[in-house]
Amino acid sequence: MKRILFVQSRAPYGTLSGQEGLDALLMGSAFVECALLFLGDGIYQLLSNQDAAALGLKDYSVSFGALKDYGVQNLYCSESDLQHRVLETDDLVIPVTALDDAAIRELMASHDVILSF
Amino acid sequence: MKFAILVYGPPYTYQAAHSALHFARAVTESGHQIYRIFFYHDGVYNANALIAPPQDETDIHAQWTTLAQEHDVELIVCIASSLRRGILDETEADRYEKSAGNIGKPFEISGLGQLIDASINADRVVTFGV
Repeated sequence: MKRILFVQSRAPYGTLSGQEGLDALLMGSAFVECALLFLGDGIYQLLSNQDAAALGLKDYSVSFGALKDYGVQNLYCSESDLQHRVLETDDLVIPVTALDDAAIRELMASHDVILSF
Repeated sequence: MKFAILVYGPPYTYQAAHSALHFARAVTESGHQIYRIFFYHDGVYNANALIAPPQDETDIHAQWTTLAQEHDVELIVCIASSLRRGILDETEADRYEKSAGNIGKPFEISGLGQLIDASINADRVVTFGV
């Protein structure tokens, strides 16, 4: 069976990419093994204590907590992207594994399909 | 080879959808197959039958329609993306008590399962936009 890597590389709220990407991931996890990688500003989707009410938008970061119920266990981000944004994995709503660039290349190479959002 | 084509870009604003159309034509012209074309995000706007560009510009809705008819290609529009953007067929327009639908064949509304199915069953998945 194929394995799909979902890549999230946009900050939340500015575009709907993150939210619609998460929807696709939840659907994918019902059929095949899926992994999720946050790149660039995508990591901001996982910041704790979000409040989108002032924007009139839905805070969907809580939905990431449901990923383990969907069997999505392989969650990754980029070590250097965290450093560039002065973030640590403790600042995030769910535990993710920080990878160096070589490991990210391996992660991508080890999946059959990459869906980017 | 079977290609799945994912279109995330709206028509005209960005080149993505136009590039996707050119790519789809190249796939069929070079003897490969298109497993499915899936419209997601702002890509769902490509399905809007009310698109009325100036006469000296490409009518992208008409071109998608021609491609689908000539090569028997599935044009699937994600229901979650399309409803929130006001892209509805007659059935959905009735369901949500809207005055009219604005998409029809060969475009077809379906779910995200079709995106995953295409990812699993196509030999290659090529994304345009975002």
